[in-house]
Amino acid sequence: MFREKTLAEKILKEHSVKDVKANDFVICEVDICFAHDGTSQLAIEQIKKLGIESVAKPNKTILFMDHASPSPRRELSNTHLLMRSFAKKTGLILHDVGCGVCHQIISESYAQPGDIVVGADSHTCTAGALGAFATGMGSTDIAIAMALGKTWLKVPETFKIQVDGNFNRMVYAKDLMLYIIGEIGANGATYKSLEFSGTNIKIMEISERMTLANMAVEAGAKCGLFSSDIKTKMYLQRHGREESFQEIYPDEKAKYERTIRIDSSKLSPMVACPDTVDNVKTVDEVKGVKVDQVYIGTCTNGRIEDLRIAADILKGEKKHNDLRLIIVPTSPKTYIEAINEGIIETFMESGGMIMAPSCGPCVGVHQGILGNGETCLSTQNRNFKGRMGNPEGFIYLSSPATAAATAIMGEITDPREI
Amino acid sequence: MVLKGKVWKFGDSISTDLITPGRFYHLRSNLSELAKHAMEDADPTFSSKVKKGDFLVAGKNFGLGSSREHAAIVIKLSGVSVVIAHSFARIFYRNAINVGLPLVSCNTDQIDEGNTLEVDLERGILYNITKNTKMNFQPLPILMKTILKEGGLVQYIKKHGDLKLV
Ligand code: SF4
Repeated sequence: MFREKTLAEKILKEHSVKDVKANDFVICEVDICFAHDGTSQLAIEQIKKLGIESVAKPNKTILFMDHASPSPRRELSNTHLLMRSFAKKTGLILHDVGCGVCHQIISESYAQPGDIVVGADSHTCTAGALGAFATGMGSTDIAIAMALGKTWLKVPETFKIQVDGNFNRMVYAKDLMLYIIGEIGANGATYKSLEFSGTNIKIMEISERMTLANMAVEAGAKCGLFSSDIKTKMYLQRHGREESFQEIYPDEKAKYERTIRIDSSKLSPMVACPDTVDNVKTVDEVKGVKVDQVYIGTCTNGRIEDLRIAADILKGEKKHNDLRLIIVPTSPKTYIEAINEGIIETFMESGGMIMAPSCGPCVGVHQGILGNGETCLSTQNRNFKGRMGNPEGFIYLSSPATAAATAIMGEITDPREI
Repeated sequence: MVLKGKVWKFGDSISTDLITPGRFYHLRSNLSELAKHAMEDADPTFSSKVKKGDFLVAGKNFGLGSSREHAAIVIKLSGVSVVIAHSFARIFYRNAINVGLPLVSCNTDQIDEGNTLEVDLERGILYNITKNTKMNFQPLPILMKTILKEGGLVQYIKKHGDLKLV
């Protein structure tokens, strides 16, 4: 009997030998698998333990140097050496230092609608924006996926997130996602697939869909999925990959565990307050909090669309004297576009500093580490204690617009008031 | 498998950043060194007081955050024989099984630091020896149980040559 399927069920079925439904265990062919310089070493060691030194699909297996890039310490330089030599030996694809954040590159250059993408990083779910079943795993799971070209998965149940109503001025996908996580909690969707739909999602660019998919894991979800459509097609076209387009959407009568409806015309700018992503308030409730550092970048909000929003606000303005403004374009393509559009100049003139495409200060490995008692407002996805390298620091999360407004005022500021 | 051990108790939302802080990123290539910092930002004294076979007990959403398998590895290397939590974040859950660290999901409200517990992983029974109470929990799904029994995913693949849905 034909069973109507969610996006997750559809994609997993296409990659396994039998029909599937939520909660089944399946073994799936993997289209793309990857790891970065924080997770590769362990994955490589595990592959070696299997007694092999090859990967099943070298042209679909990718290593990125983005978290410690360029390397701040010799131990990490040695990890980079190991990655380079493993890539040479196996013929897999290596993106060396300066390549940009793995999730951005996966979306720009590799993932396509209907794919299964697994990565040794929790934000692998970002590629769900293109209609790929993309999920994060640990190094050992990725080692096995690299070596065998497959993985086991439990077919997730799905929450349908129905978003209708246009955003107000200065409200963005980031505010929406913070709102959702604040509502359902950091474990509100553990093991689930989040499937986004609605009139607002339809008109949303892939960049914003990526922000939503990226943060699915912050609600505990396995993936954040979108149907592919004209926006997906245009995105792939822009990156020279039109032929990768494939239409994919859920069946009309697919079974959802829960439907969450949001009227996005009612939202205002939001922030997540220390130390959990679900500690969400409106900007209004926390405005005036003094900030020592503003960080605009990461796989959540460091794309050209994000930089444009920040630059529009910063143009002709100076950052506040008591604060550092750090900006990291998420990929080289983003960086080049930002240069060509005069955005980098705007940032420099306002007193910001630009770092090479990488994770930057997001994970506390190097650069931009907070001092004791300092506060950072960041466009990243996580604000756990210690996340930016110092457990004595405080991290707030916001959209690029709120970040730019805050950079000017030196305290958390509603971008609508600039 | 029946395990017995003494409890170290933690609260809700213990993130992978608390278990394995990013500032020790460079030690990911030196796991025994990294293990000296296990749980450091949740309890800086943890690794000096934990003994082989002890139990780590926590509240909701244990291991949320990054995919770093190092979090499960350092807990195992610190000597902890089982992690018991109200609930686990998805990636941590898989990672723990893959590196051979047993997990139990159950209500942990009544378990206190210093209690001695006995856990029967096969039958899904948790016995609090200190308080003389008993609780049942859902044993692991069969595939995960097999991976765990064989010492982790690498050993499993070595033995079976492939992934199988047993
Ligand atoms: S930018 Fe931050 S969240 Fe994204 S992959 Fe890098 S460290 Fe992880």
